[in-house]
Amino acid sequence: MKGAVESTAILEVQALTKSYGNGVGSLTVLQDINFSLAPGATCAIVGPSGSGKTTLLGLCAGLDNPTSGYVRLGGRQLDRLSEDERARLRNECVGFVFQNFQLIPTLTAVENVMVPLELRGGGHARDYAVELLARVGLGDRLHHYPAQLSGGEQQRVALARAFINRPKILFADEPNGNLDAHTSEKVIDILFELNANSQTALVLVTHDAQLAQRAQRIIQLRGGRMVNEVPMTA
Amino acid sequence: MNANAPSSRSPVWAFLQHFFSAWTWRMAWRDSRSSRRHLLLFSTSIMLGIGALVAVSSLGRNLQQHIDDQARSLVGADLVVNSRRPFTPEMNDFFKSFGGEQSFVVNFSSMLGFENGQARLVQVRAIEGGFPFYGQLETEPASAAQSFRTGGGALVEDSLLAQYNVQVGDTVRIGGLTTRVAGRLLAVPGETVAFATFAPRVYIPLDDLRRSNLIQPGSLVRFRMYFRFGPEVNVKELVEQVGPQLEADRLSYDTVEERQKDLGRAMSNLYQYLSLTGFVALLLGGVGVASAINVHIREKLNTVAVLRCLGCNVQQSFAIYLAQGLALGAIGTVAGALLGLGIQAVLPRVVADFVPFEVQFAVSWPDVFKAMGIGFTICLLFALLPLLPVRRVSPLAAIRASFDLAEAPRRDYAVWLVYVLLGAGIVAFSISQARRWEFGLSFAGALAAVFALLALCARVLMWLVRRYLPSTLPYVWRQGLSNLYRPNNRTVLMLVSLGLGTFLILTLYLSQQLLLAQLVQSEKENQANAILFDIQIDQKKPVVELLDSLKLPVLREAPVVSMRLASVKGRSVESILNDERRTMPGWVLRREYRSTYRDHLSSTEERITGDWPPKAETKKDVVPISVEEGIARDLGLRLGDELVFDVQGVPMTAMVASVRKVDWRRLEPNFFIVFPTKALEGAPAFYIMSTRVASSEESARMQRELLRKFPNVSTVDLTLILNTLNQILDKAAFVIRFMALFSVGTGLLVLIGTVLTSRFQRVRESILLRTLGATEAQVQRILFIEYLSLGVLAGLVGALLAVLANWGLAKFVFQVPYVLLGTPVLVALGAVGALTVVIGLMANRGVCRHPPLEILRAEV
Repeated sequence: MKGAVESTAILEVQALTKSYGNGVGSLTVLQDINFSLAPGATCAIVGPSGSGKTTLLGLCAGLDNPTSGYVRLGGRQLDRLSEDERARLRNECVGFVFQNFQLIPTLTAVENVMVPLELRGGGHARDYAVELLARVGLGDRLHHYPAQLSGGEQQRVALARAFINRPKILFADEPNGNLDAHTSEKVIDILFELNANSQTALVLVTHDAQLAQRAQRIIQLRGGRMVNEVPMTA
Repeated sequence: MNANAPSSRSPVWAFLQHFFSAWTWRMAWRDSRSSRRHLLLFSTSIMLGIGALVAVSSLGRNLQQHIDDQARSLVGADLVVNSRRPFTPEMNDFFKSFGGEQSFVVNFSSMLGFENGQARLVQVRAIEGGFPFYGQLETEPASAAQSFRTGGGALVEDSLLAQYNVQVGDTVRIGGLTTRVAGRLLAVPGETVAFATFAPRVYIPLDDLRRSNLIQPGSLVRFRMYFRFGPEVNVKELVEQVGPQLEADRLSYDTVEERQKDLGRAMSNLYQYLSLTGFVALLLGGVGVASAINVHIREKLNTVAVLRCLGCNVQQSFAIYLAQGLALGAIGTVAGALLGLGIQAVLPRVVADFVPFEVQFAVSWPDVFKAMGIGFTICLLFALLPLLPVRRVSPLAAIRASFDLAEAPRRDYAVWLVYVLLGAGIVAFSISQARRWEFGLSFAGALAAVFALLALCARVLMWLVRRYLPSTLPYVWRQGLSNLYRPNNRTVLMLVSLGLGTFLILTLYLSQQLLLAQLVQSEKENQANAILFDIQIDQKKPVVELLDSLKLPVLREAPVVSMRLASVKGRSVESILNDERRTMPGWVLRREYRSTYRDHLSSTEERITGDWPPKAETKKDVVPISVEEGIARDLGLRLGDELVFDVQGVPMTAMVASVRKVDWRRLEPNFFIVFPTKALEGAPAFYIMSTRVASSEESARMQRELLRKFPNVSTVDLTLILNTLNQILDKAAFVIRFMALFSVGTGLLVLIGTVLTSRFQRVRESILLRTLGATEAQVQRILFIEYLSLGVLAGLVGALLAVLANWGLAKFVFQVPYVLLGTPVLVALGAVGALTVVIGLMANRGVCRHPPLEILRAEV
């Protein structure tokens, strides 16, 4: 298979660099990033604003192409895949949680959750979506539209959506960034619980030190470089 | 099947698989939830265009069908032979050899006098025999169509009887003939109402004409012999047989087949005009659809990016929005078709005055489906323009706020392909309608130019406002004007749709006024406004005395002698006419020339070359003449060229000694050919005189006196011409305005749709402004200024283009001096501005009633 190599890591990042040309010169936002993540492992990417966290997340998830270096996701090197092949890979292996929830406003809660499975053409999408929504405590809000839900509820719908395709890895971009402390705690608990139950690897981008502490590893970025990697557990 | 299944087949095949998957359509349906009403409203913008095309398509088929079915009744006979001179006994013998049934009709203009002393110039037709052989004169009472032939009396145009309040049975005078009205004439087969307006018709039996002394030598008369043949006669063969002899006798003829062709051409011109106008409305609607989808897609960028993150591929996400676009087009097309079927019932009545038969209405389904197909395709192509960029939405947009949809559009070949297809489609449609590729291309070109010019004006305006908006203006002005260039503005769309509507309607109106103004001009300038013709030589003196007694001036008088061309520069007219390579128009060679003689140029004439009176000596028996420049050009004449005229049987050789320019617009006796004095004095002639009447009462008195003393003398007064022309133009303008309504209606629908789609944005802006301390009045004023500037500018650009087009028409088509009419332009400006403001404010009503929290809390 194109891009496939022998590897046990779910995510492997090698010498990753990303620069943007702006007409005058080029701006390097990420430089020489290396790390890998085993299946089911958790990792937090931390750093100040503008340090390249979101760019790194985007590259790891195959939303953008690196200037040099490569990312292997599920054993497949992303830059060797076409845009459609990357889309398929995301659909099969990847889950997303965004800071601003990114639910589709015209779809009800349950319809939002169903989308990844429907895209795959899998049956029983609705049953499983209803089950997942019940697990995140929204069994009675199935037919509400995003605008009719609170921020915490929206993020729980997003979590259900992220897990419905049983992803091998989940990318979360500041998942509690828009939530108050109380709601945040509940959402993060659910996130880690789902992660533990489904053996999904988790990559978190966060400003929240407390949240980062819950990950097994912390990758610290500054000015586009990895300045420190802290393994929290063995 | 896996909706996202890998496909080893071509991208097109993969796309089709996605497009026809149930999920795509389910997603398209769900995704449209918040915008269905707006999208539906926009689908109505193509509705009027498609409606017009559908309606017109069946009408075209109906017209052709009727011409084919009823062709014989349109001529009223199988063959008709025309002449300006009486048929000689030899000719009549020749006609008898054709066999079949004959009917002889004499046509001439004469004054029709009523009991109350009023008089009106009419077209008299004196009938002998059974014409029309096919179809019927429609009269009231119906029996009058037959009874007047034997019982005497006249069939008089219904509109005249109504106008002069005359009843059946009343007495009328036609020249010297006193008779009674036998019936109202409602319709004549093969003739239009518009034609009847121009020349009201009166039918009398030929015997009555013979008894009166109406026709004098030199009078303007047409003689017609109509034939009906039995089924055993092949008319085409007969015409091939007798044609050469008829032509040799200078007789023209018309068969059913030729009439069918001529009428078919005229009707297809009408049909083309209608369908091209409908097409303009469709294109305008297409622009509306493109704009609606553009707004819609911009609101959906984030959804597309999220879908891509969740694993939706490029083709799937494109398929969702294409499905929405197609549904939008399909709804608009079906609604348009239904509307069109409704309009079809009305359309025959709209064009009734220009069609010489009653249109039997029947829906032609193949044509309806064809029109729907054209409409849907155009709509789809317009929709693709904003849809294609969906393919370029990156999933990164879901985590990065600053994502620009417009990145690298120049390299998107699919967009260029759509532009090419759209251009080709428009050109192909125009050519298919106009049947001549030059016309098709110029129509498409002119349309593109107007669209481009309007779009360019919009862009320049946006640039100017952005660059030069004075910071000293009050806040509401700055805010309102800045909305013209801010993101999600509708400046280009509004300027194009409103501007085009203004342009079309104003151009039509200004052209009509331009033509009328020419006539009114001479009314003002103390020029002749009445012409007397058919004055016999011995009547000249008493007529002048009569005018004197009425204190009316004789402004000009001229003798008129009828003649025909026999040869041009040594070649006989027959041989030139038979020459297939000839470039001279046939009518210039065949026509009867009504020439005059005098030794000076008149006030409406201007010397171009040569001298008048002629200075150079000519050969003996060669008469120097002055030729009008247009005729000289058509005949290819230069100074010194020789012509031979047949002056009522006497050949006369003439030499071009002068070429003149004639101002035909003035109501004066004007001539193509002027002879010197003493050359034509012996020939049969009549006189024509011009005078000026101060009022319609004075004109009526003059006509009454003339009719009493000189019944053969006819009068045309300018008021009559003005009225007639106005009536005809009004009739034409009605058809034109009816069709322009589709463009204007589409423009309004696009306007309402545009305002409504931007309403949410407006509500949010207004709420934010109010939260920051703006009063409701300030918010309303900002909206007012925005819509007012859009409306006034659209009106201004449309009006400028209309003035430009009008100037072009005046200079190159009508060839009349251009007069700028300020009032209609100002009225158009005011109307478009006011309409835009009213619709804009109405669509935005309630903007200030939303509580700020509602908006600040919810994003949808």
